[in-house]
Amino acid sequence: MNTTVNIAGVTFKNPVTTASGTFGSGMEYGEFVDLNRLGAVTTKGVALTPWTGNDTIRVTEVYGGMLNAIGLQNPGIEVFCERDIPFLKKYDTKIIVNVCGKTVEEYVGVVERLAGEPVDMLEINVSCPNVKEGAIAFGQDAKALENITKEIKKVAKQPVIMKLSPNVTRIADMAKAAEAAGADAISLINTITGMKIDINRRKFVLANKTGGMSGPAIKPIAVRMVYECSKAVNIPIIGMGGIGNGEDAIEFLLAGASMVAVGAANFINPLATVEVIEGIEKYMKENGVQDVKELVGAVC
Amino acid sequence: MKIYEKGKMTGSRRLSEGIYELCIKTNIADKSKPGQFVMVYPKGKDTLLPRPISICEAGNGELRLVYRVVGKGTHEFSTYKTGEEVMLLGPVGNGFPLEEAKGHAVLMGGGIGVPPILQLSKELRSESVTAVMGYRTGDMFLKEDFEKYVKTEIATEDGSFGVRGNVLDVLREKNLPCDVIFACGPMPMLRAIKKYAQEKGIKAYISLEERMACGVGACLGCVCRTTKKDAHSHVNNARVCTEGPVFEAGEVDI
Repeated sequence: MNTTVNIAGVTFKNPVTTASGTFGSGMEYGEFVDLNRLGAVTTKGVALTPWTGNDTIRVTEVYGGMLNAIGLQNPGIEVFCERDIPFLKKYDTKIIVNVCGKTVEEYVGVVERLAGEPVDMLEINVSCPNVKEGAIAFGQDAKALENITKEIKKVAKQPVIMKLSPNVTRIADMAKAAEAAGADAISLINTITGMKIDINRRKFVLANKTGGMSGPAIKPIAVRMVYECSKAVNIPIIGMGGIGNGEDAIEFLLAGASMVAVGAANFINPLATVEVIEGIEKYMKENGVQDVKELVGAVC
Repeated sequence: MKIYEKGKMTGSRRLSEGIYELCIKTNIADKSKPGQFVMVYPKGKDTLLPRPISICEAGNGELRLVYRVVGKGTHEFSTYKTGEEVMLLGPVGNGFPLEEAKGHAVLMGGGIGVPPILQLSKELRSESVTAVMGYRTGDMFLKEDFEKYVKTEIATEDGSFGVRGNVLDVLREKNLPCDVIFACGPMPMLRAIKKYAQEKGIKAYISLEERMACGVGACLGCVCRTTKKDAHSHVNNARVCTEGPVFEAGEVDI
């Protein structure tokens, strides 16, 4: 049984990584999960300088999922390179670094700083709905997305994944823009902008008013978007949104994703990543699938 | 090291209005210290995230959790029967710094902040330690448990038992000697304690509450502003679940 996948020249032992922001850099979940089991760890977004993030309340549960508005709190690229990359290098897993910024220059700065670092891929966060500047602004306009992708590709030494936002009218247009600008892969979906109101206090639950929705309830939207993008572009897709077990992951592969990421499910079950991997293997065994790549886009 | 495992109920009951108790057999119990908490994973389909619940007592392989029913998750916990199993993760957080209990230590609990002070009282048990508990009304809980271990004073908001007012009113009215404070309770109480401690030039170790998602320090959901650079992001935003929940009052901006 072959579970390896290859994306933009990088070989992963299995098609499962973590969704950025739900797994830190693996240190915290490393207490429960053998990080060597994972195809890759996708890190929390890192910027050129430390970001404070939003005020609390930052997270809240909603039916079928949760809302978060962390606001990309992160220590900045220097601490990340000194602390997080050496930590992850101790494990037999690939490293995908999620990059965020407020301006094109900031994204480019992080990507340049990572050029000499032993990381396998870069995932560019142009889809966080929780910060005032940058991020999603680049992911909701095809021209802006194309421009930032080009600028990043000029300096990137690792393959570039553009992480797309579902908060658009036609996500396939965004996928095409990323591909046209030279992106090596796309990942989707980031969270869906939502809101929760405390009816007793008549106040927004989140300090940021809006937050990104994740969790099982968003899965059908994510599967549909992965399918639409897979029909629109030829670059590989990393699919995510509500994946909590192997069956969920198989749906994304069939829809056209070459790899999947486990996000909010980590909070619901700290062992979710490993259970997704085991669930994929079980499905393959039960269905006589020799190579996981056979499943990619195999819906008909 | 935190443990993620199934715990088995050895007891489940109501203590007072909205306040319930679960006793759970788990390996987490003997690894925990006062002020730490556990993440309890509800099983209901309309709940997903684990709920952080403070440890009221721990020992002999058993955790005693005392919590308030505030929503679907905690409501589900209140229906658990003896023998039933539930997933737990813990112990979580730093806990109270027992070594700072010098001179006359006053342990303060307000409302649903009362439970974690019990294990602390047990472990700091001495003549020089006083527990001061604040309740809204005379519908109190855990009072007899405290009295087993330390001198216990009570404040009720409606004056139906003990001193009328809050935990600090007890301190002032009874003129209790106080060299250090350990506290858990609602934010207004913790703010008042912080101010009191600053005025008196003493230390106060306060346990904070914040909405959490992961409970392991990964999601950065439960932060609080700190005066010093935090260990994780270096942005004066420490994780309540990891660097906390107990902070020296002077180190947090509350």
